[in-house]
Amino acid sequence: MALSKKSKTAFTDPLMSNNPISLQVLGICSALAVTTKLDTAVVMSFAVIAVLSVSNTVISILRKMIPAKVRIIVQLSVIASMVILTDMVLKAFFYDISKQLSVFVALIITNCIIMGRAEAFAMQNGPGRSLLDGLGNGLGYGLILIGVAFFRELLGFGTIYNRQVIPESFYQAGYENMGLMVLSPGAFIILGLIVWAQRIIGKVEEE
Amino acid sequence: MEHYISLITKAVFIENILLAYFLGMCSFLAISKKVDASIGLGLAVTFVLTITAPTNWFIYTFLIGDGALEWANLPEINLSFLKPIVFIAVIAAMVQLVEMVIDRFSPALYQNLGIFLPLIAVNCSILGGSLFLVEREYTLLESTVFGFGSGLGWFLAIIAMASIRYRLRYSNVPLKLRGIGITMLLTGLLSIAFMSFGGIQL
Repeated sequence: MALSKKSKTAFTDPLMSNNPISLQVLGICSALAVTTKLDTAVVMSFAVIAVLSVSNTVISILRKMIPAKVRIIVQLSVIASMVILTDMVLKAFFYDISKQLSVFVALIITNCIIMGRAEAFAMQNGPGRSLLDGLGNGLGYGLILIGVAFFRELLGFGTIYNRQVIPESFYQAGYENMGLMVLSPGAFIILGLIVWAQRIIGKVEEE
Repeated sequence: MEHYISLITKAVFIENILLAYFLGMCSFLAISKKVDASIGLGLAVTFVLTITAPTNWFIYTFLIGDGALEWANLPEINLSFLKPIVFIAVIAAMVQLVEMVIDRFSPALYQNLGIFLPLIAVNCSILGGSLFLVEREYTLLESTVFGFGSGLGWFLAIIAMASIRYRLRYSNVPLKLRGIGITMLLTGLLSIAFMSFGGIQL
């Protein structure tokens, strides 16, 4: 498949060099509360990827019909409809996990990434490119979410994806799971460290 | 009475909407650079949460909840799947209304608060507050108290962070950690501090 260079960067940029969470600081709101375990984080990432790519495409198709004055409310209604659909799919097929995610699926509506991409990208670009941009940003968001969840589950429960990885002999030697990681401060601290590491690798300058 | 005091303490300290549920992080990180702006936004969030919580309670209980349309002889209709879209519309409308009322009656307050009000419509903590009160099945009074408490908790957290970041200007933070990195680490510490209220029984 031949992709123009601009389409390609729309997809790859948000993964690392312009990640929505760690560099643009968008959409942390609904993200961190679901990162105590990997399974909820993975489902949440897929929900966000689905909502973001579909809403980006729809808004991009409608962009010439949306009057500038009421564009925010139009964007919000498109996004909210997608979120309701996603919520119903999750309730139908992943009932247990959707119970654990509770209000956070509905809170995808106010996730700043989705509004931000609709406003900054989908309103100016064609549907194909907007779809790629949505996928890229969704994946970039998912990467950080899964990264945080990986460390919190490993350090907090000694498991990865509900499988025990820290051997029993460690516990007998006095190793203990880190209770702090399960609580909310753990998420803030892990995310802060990930941002730090990414800025050292990515050579980003703060003003 | 005691029940409500314990509800408010819980919403402000133990289950702080920002530090325990991570709601309203975007504006928290962006605005806490300045103390004045933080106070303005904190007040606006408290105010809007206090009025949207009971409004959304009414809407849910009498219009879109399971069996809520009983007064119109339509007890079998359940519109609760519309919850997210209705709540966000109510919040946006309330914010607009509050903005107009403040502009009309108190231009001085509008000067300080006005620019923050549109920002609030998409603040996750407002929608989060409304969704929580449905999930926890609060009554009308409980919802109002919970909305006010959550707003107050958010207000306290953002003022604390703005003041810490103000002092931080004189510290030698590693170059790559400046900005969001150090703010996240500090929020973690603040969150630990708020959690230590957890053992208090009222």
